[in-house]
Amino acid sequence: MFAKGTKRKLSDGGEEAAAAAAEEAAAGARTTASYNLQRQCLLDMSLIKLQLCHMLVEPNLCRSVLIANTVRQIQEEMTRDGSWQAMTEAFSAGQSPPERLVASEVLCRPSPPPREHGDAGPEPFPASGYGGCRPQGAALTAGGEDALCPVAVETGTTDPCWEKGEGPEAIPGDDGVDEAVFGRGAGEGREDEESTGGAKAMEQVYGTFEIKSPAPSPDPALEELFSDVDASYYDLDTMLTGMQGASKMGPYDLLENLSSHGPSSMATNASCRPDLNELDHIMEIIVGS
Amino acid sequence: MGEDADTRKINHSFLRDYVTEADVISTAEFNHTGDLLATGDKGGRVVIFQREPASKAESCCHGEYNVYSTFQSHEPDFDYLKSLEIEEKINKIRWIPQLNAAHCLLSTNDKTIKLWKVSERDRRPEGYNLKDEEGRVKDPSTVTALQVPVLKHTDLMVEVSSRRVFANGHTFHVNSISVNSDCETYLSADDLRINLWHLDITDRCFNIVDMKPLNMEELTEVITAAEFHPQHCHLFGYSSSKGSIRLCDMRAAALCDRHAKLFEEPEDPGSRSFFSEIISSISDVKFSHSGRYLLTRDYLTVKVWDLNMERGPIETYQVHDYLRSKLCSLYENDCIFDKFECAWNSTDSVIMTGTYNNFFRMFDRESGQDVTLEAVQDSSKPCAVLKTRRIGSDGRRGGRRRRDDVSVDSLDFSKRILHVAWHPAHNIIAIAATNNLYIFQDRAAPNM
Repeated sequence: MFAKGTKRKLSDGGEEAAAAAAEEAAAGARTTASYNLQRQCLLDMSLIKLQLCHMLVEPNLCRSVLIANTVRQIQEEMTRDGSWQAMTEAFSAGQSPPERLVASEVLCRPSPPPREHGDAGPEPFPASGYGGCRPQGAALTAGGEDALCPVAVETGTTDPCWEKGEGPEAIPGDDGVDEAVFGRGAGEGREDEESTGGAKAMEQVYGTFEIKSPAPSPDPALEELFSDVDASYYDLDTMLTGMQGASKMGPYDLLENLSSHGPSSMATNASCRPDLNELDHIMEIIVGS
Repeated sequence: MGEDADTRKINHSFLRDYVTEADVISTAEFNHTGDLLATGDKGGRVVIFQREPASKAESCCHGEYNVYSTFQSHEPDFDYLKSLEIEEKINKIRWIPQLNAAHCLLSTNDKTIKLWKVSERDRRPEGYNLKDEEGRVKDPSTVTALQVPVLKHTDLMVEVSSRRVFANGHTFHVNSISVNSDCETYLSADDLRINLWHLDITDRCFNIVDMKPLNMEELTEVITAAEFHPQHCHLFGYSSSKGSIRLCDMRAAALCDRHAKLFEEPEDPGSRSFFSEIISSISDVKFSHSGRYLLTRDYLTVKVWDLNMERGPIETYQVHDYLRSKLCSLYENDCIFDKFECAWNSTDSVIMTGTYNNFFRMFDRESGQDVTLEAVQDSSKPCAVLKTRRIGSDGRRGGRRRRDDVSVDSLDFSKRILHVAWHPAHNIIAIAATNNLYIFQDRAAPNM
């Protein structure tokens, strides 16, 4: 178990006897290292579970909350240890460092962003991010190891699974990450935007569990509003995600994302400029109403 | 405790040769007399079993349960806004105390609660003047004589009709329903909110508990189960994913966010691990028949709480402590999130809950003994006594291993017994093992 200061037990029952004997003789440093390894594994696993939670047959809010609490707990402990800082430094080589707490919220977003590796900006996807940190001879069973590996490989590719029937979740995550990128590029109001992005991320993770019944009497003004921006959605989608034939995003998701992104965050990325007019137009409509 | 048991296995999927996901039983509940047992499955169907009157020859045995009625309660639904399917799986069934000849039950999926009326018809009128045998209208000129229609006996027909649909009350997934002792209201609980409904009113309900934070990223605790007190119509309890139970009094305020009592066991700092919170999450809460105690089930234990003492349970029973060292693997394969139910017997002296490998456990509170039994039927011996099972010790604690012991590593974690029910008056239990329903009786002590 991962309890600090007590006898360490590896997850596999068969190894317990060996581990017990070994640990009696182990130096303090070695025990700490194996504990850190196990903790890292657990963090990896938890983040992946959070990312994949919308792929479950039955979406389960309780499960997601428990996993998120576990991640927070590990994060807090690692911050107290100072090992969180060390991990940050390990990533920052050759990449602009994301804010750590925000990064974990980025990691907790429902789907990976399909980013090309050549892009400027941090690599937010967790599995590949932790790729360098992958423990050798992991304490987890072979099945666990397998579970961790494929996800890293799929970074940057469009996995059909992400799209199928999960459009509303896939796109907001991408938007949020890109927003974070833009925010960092601007370098101003960074923390505010990122924390908003983080807040939105968790909301989106938990938001997937809400069953929104169609309103009995929809606001005619709102309907009219969205009928105007219809064609713009798909351009926005394509631009932000770089995916052709991206799954549809519900109007409310677009609204959520746009309202959380200030126009300033968009302005910093030159490649988005041609579509900024459309975005501005949408913003005017929304703000105007 | 040594229980003699008469076994009747009722295969829920008798029309199929293979196990389909839709046949997995998701809930089981006896009615208030115990004569009817309702089960719900993942396909949205409800099957009701009725106990046949016991034959006089075998006075020690209760009658068999046979299928009484089957109906489709919920259909798959689709949320167009979020592009998500709403599952038709029946999460809970609760019977309403019987007021007349018909039986009524509430069944719920993730979103909608429905009230169904089950009634019998064994008579039909015959001898109409203006309609013929098939109900077609007769030409009045062909009627030459008048007759008085009479009621004639026919084969028993069980009719099920949907009487109420309580829709749009919940944005999150409904996990519990509980009928109040006043027989007029009931509560429904989802992950973050509890609503109070009147059985006759479908277009509105009252929200009595709201745990949703303003910012969803601050969410750390959800509601896992809720139940009304069996006698006091103003009291209800609900459990949370952090291992606490709150008792609320509806007389105090309209919104019961502030609990009247909070039952929480302080954490043992020595045994704290990253999994502590997950295994402390309560999956089921049941008031005792007496109304004095609460039974809760978390991942590794069942606990009995006295409503008069909030600081900790009065009894704790280990269900499968051998899993404590395997929590990481169980977290990896998601088994750690399995939600097991628990049940009291009629006198509140024995508690029961399920575990893996099609095993279930019973704890006798008075003698302190416990037993592990397997939900299985040997087809060559249909009325065989259930054999007591043991999970083999792994040699570490120095226990001797017996031949029949099941080793921890050979446990089948896909065979989990999540849903159990105990007859309200007799020692008859219903065990749902995936797609099979087992009903066991205690021949030695059938009435207790």
